[in-house]
Amino acid sequence: MNKIISKKQLSGDVFMMRIKAPLISSERRPGQFVILQIDGNYGERIPLTIADADPKEGSITIIFQAVGATTSRLAAFSEGDSIENLVGPLGRPTHIEKFGTVVCVGGGIGVAPLYPIVQGMKQAGNRLIVIMGARTKSLLILENEMRSLADELIICTDDGSYERKGLVTLPLKEICERERKPDLAVAIGPPVMMKFCAETTRPFKVPTMVSLNTIMVDGTGMCGGCRVTVGGKTKFVCVDGPEFDGHLVDFDNMMKRLKAYKAQEDKAREECKLEMEIAKKTQRKLSTSNVQR
Amino acid sequence: MNNHTTQEELTALARSRLEEIAGMPQPLKAKDRLQIPSQEMPSQDPVERRGNVREVALGYSPEQARLEALRCFQCKNAPCVAGCPVRIDIPAFIKSIAQNDFQKASDIIKRNSLLPAVCGRVCPQETQCQAPCTVGKSLKDVGRAVSIGRLERFVADWEREQGKIETPQVKEKTGKKVAVIGSGPASITVAADVRREGHSVTMFEAFHKPGGVLVYGIPEFRLPKKIVQQEIDTLKAMGVEVRTNFVVGRTRHLKDLLEKDGFDAVFVGSGAGLPKFMNIEGENLVGVFSANEYLTRANLMKAYDQEHAQTPIFKSRKVAVLGGGNVAMDAARMAVRLGAKEVNLVYRRTEVEMPARVEEVAHAKEEGVIFHVLQNAKRILGNEQGLVTGMECLKYKLGEPDESGRRRPVEIPGSEFIMEVDTVIVAIGNESNPLIKQTTEGLETNKWGNIIVDESGKTSLDRVYAGGDIVLGAATVILAMGEGRRAAAAINKLLADGNSETSNAQR
Repeated sequence: MNKIISKKQLSGDVFMMRIKAPLISSERRPGQFVILQIDGNYGERIPLTIADADPKEGSITIIFQAVGATTSRLAAFSEGDSIENLVGPLGRPTHIEKFGTVVCVGGGIGVAPLYPIVQGMKQAGNRLIVIMGARTKSLLILENEMRSLADELIICTDDGSYERKGLVTLPLKEICERERKPDLAVAIGPPVMMKFCAETTRPFKVPTMVSLNTIMVDGTGMCGGCRVTVGGKTKFVCVDGPEFDGHLVDFDNMMKRLKAYKAQEDKAREECKLEMEIAKKTQRKLSTSNVQR
Repeated sequence: MNNHTTQEELTALARSRLEEIAGMPQPLKAKDRLQIPSQEMPSQDPVERRGNVREVALGYSPEQARLEALRCFQCKNAPCVAGCPVRIDIPAFIKSIAQNDFQKASDIIKRNSLLPAVCGRVCPQETQCQAPCTVGKSLKDVGRAVSIGRLERFVADWEREQGKIETPQVKEKTGKKVAVIGSGPASITVAADVRREGHSVTMFEAFHKPGGVLVYGIPEFRLPKKIVQQEIDTLKAMGVEVRTNFVVGRTRHLKDLLEKDGFDAVFVGSGAGLPKFMNIEGENLVGVFSANEYLTRANLMKAYDQEHAQTPIFKSRKVAVLGGGNVAMDAARMAVRLGAKEVNLVYRRTEVEMPARVEEVAHAKEEGVIFHVLQNAKRILGNEQGLVTGMECLKYKLGEPDESGRRRPVEIPGSEFIMEVDTVIVAIGNESNPLIKQTTEGLETNKWGNIIVDESGKTSLDRVYAGGDIVLGAATVILAMGEGRRAAAAINKLLADGNSETSNAQR
């Protein structure tokens, strides 16, 4: 059992949790992820990236968006509650060294897994350009944390509610066009964003690493549900990744594979919403009846 | 027409036959024994069981078991024992069944086998103990050999149902610690054998539930999970610590277990968990699954219970399963239970060469799985959304035997045809899981990634042993158990020798 030490709502449906997990916290490296399961009997196992860790406290930080049934249920957990099953760290750690100038692009919730990589790259002595993108200002996460690490920080919002209006690929292109182009690009975010980041850097021959978050069951190579096509070959995200050469990943195939259970996921999310509304109403009823007494 | 014979009918037949036999001169002569009909395994009605995941093979009644036991010749040379990977004294336990002493039968089996309820269900007996059986030979039909596996299962189930399973005795604490990686059959065996000697044992499992392939792979309808749970509970009662959600190689490196965490020896039984694919076009389309994934979702994650399970499973109408082993049968039969309208099994050799147990093949057919032999997938076809729409197959004929002794399938040029399916389940075997190898320097493996061990089960690293599928490649439960026994003996010897070092020096 892994106790939730703290919980914070970062925006509408984005949550940050610090969870007690001493072993994972001391072993994890940037780029790695965990798999968690709320209910050991019937629960689903979902992969989530590790946003941060504090080995002294023995905790890891996860940031997640309540988009599916399991993440919605997780979002309803409070401080002091426990997560029944948590396993990790999984995946190969990011290859970190002094490359020179590294441009890191994070889109939406993808800024969370990017954060430890940015930390690592900074420590290795790289010059860091960070581009963060979000649909709108309120959905932007970890801005202060990134500001304190980045040598240059560019923020984009789709609706122009904050800083630059537009997509992250535009500043990325400008940076590639500079006299000294970056030595490495790292892009983490929605698959379509990673796809277009890779397309942006391709003509400039800037090596581009992406981190993939696919459907998984075990996370140790056993099921192969996470497989992606990279350079025409089948790779497993859990044991060969999660990071791959963005110029070789078949994003279109990956995006289709991500939708494999869409109908069932949509149904589960609706049921979960209903279930939680009923729970809330019952709670409200209980508390009003308590007051009346 | 449904010509299914129920368990009650089979028992009644057996009872009347036993009464007849009681009136015959004893002991029975060989020719009388050969007259006794081989006892059919009672099973759930095929029509009914297509819609549930309850166990298919129901097990012998005491009457059927005794009658089947009376078929045994009690051969002095006992060829069956030579066919058993763990050398169970088969004639002796069968004799005890015939004499109605089921407890004694159980005690005899347990001298050699730790998991009789499991092995009785999943061992390929027809190629092991039952293959050389004299009764089968006399009747010129291996299918009519004494049903040793069913008798083994009967005894194990009888003991469990009596509530008579005793926790094995554990010797006094030695202060030594052994780490067992994985919780499948090899690891369960090592944990029990090492713990018995008084060493403390910690078992590390990557999943949230222990049991390895017995829980994620083999379906409930073939091996009820309460039986596996019983084995794990026995280990726990012996004092074995089971740590789930722990991936050795990731949560902790193997060498840290020895160097930092104070373990005196490590056994690696992490299994062959890396599914093979065929490397054909269309293999990453939506609707193509490894049997591992399909079965894990259905079994461990309980997707068959669609009302409660939160793990989704692909809704299939027409399924093709590629392969001819037990895993292929399991996947095909699971697809039937999950509501597929049509399930096809595609195998490139013939039924004779199928590695699956005869009983599984028979059960699959009874449940309506359509067999396509001498065929294989050439490519998988998909639509705009990346969904599987069909499979192009190629026909084969049998050529010369290959290195495995089976006749090699040779493709027939120009024989391509399309099979319309929306799901393809690949069940052509597993490679060894790379995690421990990747993260353990100096651990030698062969070109397939299997860990290399010596005759005692020791790896290239001191104090590190391995067994089961990670050494053998995908094999069977009984072989994994045999490997576990061997490695456990070596570990026990290593730890005992370590204890007696000082006394040796004094001599």
